Amino acid sequence: MAEFLFATSGFVLATVALGLVRILRGPADADRMMAAQLLGSGGIAALLLLGAAAGVDSVIDLSLALVLLAAFATVAFVRFTAAPPSGAAGPDDAL
Amino acid sequence: MIDALNAGIALLLLGLAIWTIVARDTFAAIVGYVAYGLLLTLAWVALGGVDVALTEAAIGGGLTGVLLLRAAAQLRRTEAASNAERPGLPMRLAAAIVAGGVAVALAIVVLAPAGPAPTLVPEVAANIAATGVGNPITAVLLAFRAIDTLLEAIVLLFALIGVWSLAPDRVWGGRPGPRYRADPDGTLAYLARLLPPIGIIVGVYIFWIGADAPGGKFQGATILAAMWLLAMMAGLADAPPVGRRRLRAALVAGPVVFIAVGAAGVATAGAFLAYPEGLAKPLILVIEWALLPSLALTLGLIMAGAPQRPEDR
Amino acid sequence: MSAALDLFTVVAVAAGAFFFLAGTVGLLRFPDVFTHLHALSKADNLGLGLVVLGLLPQANGLLAGLKLVAIWLLALLVGAVVSQLIARAARRAGPRA
Repeated sequence: MAEFLFATSGFVLATVALGLVRILRGPADADRMMAAQLLGSGGIAALLLLGAAAGVDSVIDLSLALVLLAAFATVAFVRFTAAPPSGAAGPDDAL
Repeated sequence: MIDALNAGIALLLLGLAIWTIVARDTFAAIVGYVAYGLLLTLAWVALGGVDVALTEAAIGGGLTGVLLLRAAAQLRRTEAASNAERPGLPMRLAAAIVAGGVAVALAIVVLAPAGPAPTLVPEVAANIAATGVGNPITAVLLAFRAIDTLLEAIVLLFALIGVWSLAPDRVWGGRPGPRYRADPDGTLAYLARLLPPIGIIVGVYIFWIGADAPGGKFQGATILAAMWLLAMMAGLADAPPVGRRRLRAALVAGPVVFIAVGAAGVATAGAFLAYPEGLAKPLILVIEWALLPSLALTLGLIMAGAPQRPEDR
Repeated sequence: MSAALDLFTVVAVAAGAFFFLAGTVGLLRFPDVFTHLHALSKADNLGLGLVVLGLLPQANGLLAGLKLVAIWLLALLVGAVVSQLIARAARRAGPRA
């Protein structure tokens, strides 16, 4: 069981790596903003599998924190790209 | 199997780090850096350090990402000009040689078989029962080496003062950052209403279990600060004016309590930050509860940036 | 009983890994940001859900199981909203490169 979980963790990590390569290459800023979200779902899965395989229970708390922080990071990415955030914008700038 | 996984993580980290350095666009490099930080948590877990992984996720994934994004936004006007100038080939070769040399030296030092490293783990294990906490990292941070934690908290305040010192004179003491506006029926406002309550519970929970499991005040405070900043970015909360007395009092309250406990230790137990017999756990709790709000406020204000608006706008 | 639980774990986790693979294939093959967001938020979150489901029998106690489910629900919520935000940012930035 532990071997299987280690192997799956590595597999999921490999898919995350492939996804990262494609995302980070993406020509637009919007492509790259997905990187934190990709790690927020795929990275967490790999982390949970790793924790279950190694018998470390505290990765569950770590994953809880990671979900929130990945969300925060992505919102920060969206907020801080080229478009100015302040109030002089038209209705289309409301998120 | 485990070796293959570790090797995979290491290679991925290396590749991502190289990409971050090589990327031409600043925003792309910052995204790569944040992704690198989030991946590093995986590496820390593989090494068995879940406390460090939590801190890495909080700082690398949340805090430094926002700081870098703000800096990049300020520098956007000069980005094209600074990208256009590149140092000549001899300079780049010299930089490559120096960087390579440092890397090789570090590798030799880390990998050389020099016998068991000096460690205090047995002493900590022998004495941890006296502190009343189960997590050895918390015991070290708040009992055996509490002076380091105190100095850390003070250094963070200095960092905040450094950030504030970047304000132009006319908005000295004003509100950090621009005033964000979000559609009150929009998705960002929805997320900023739904996530912070959950985030606060998770943050306080991680702070609370730090006594006996990986966690602690620093990670909890970073999550709380991130939720506050989320509300600010959605326009649901406005950054407070940094000149306000009560804000500044709240910021120093934590370190002041810490220093007070330390001074009391001189009177009752013979040394600064020594805990009297049997009072270790309660005093640690007092310090942690005092530090948590101060730390969350400090980190949140560091992320909010330098004042940009006068107090009444 | 324990063998049946282990089998359940293996099947669910394998299915989850398959969906992660599907999500990455989608990321690699779909043409633009909006379709990438589909692959990312739908396939990856489903994969995470299956992985969480598979890890539930292996969890130590009720609280750990509840936390696992909470992680998945949070990831769903966050994924849905954040995809909207990224899509709007992409639409505002206009068609590029």
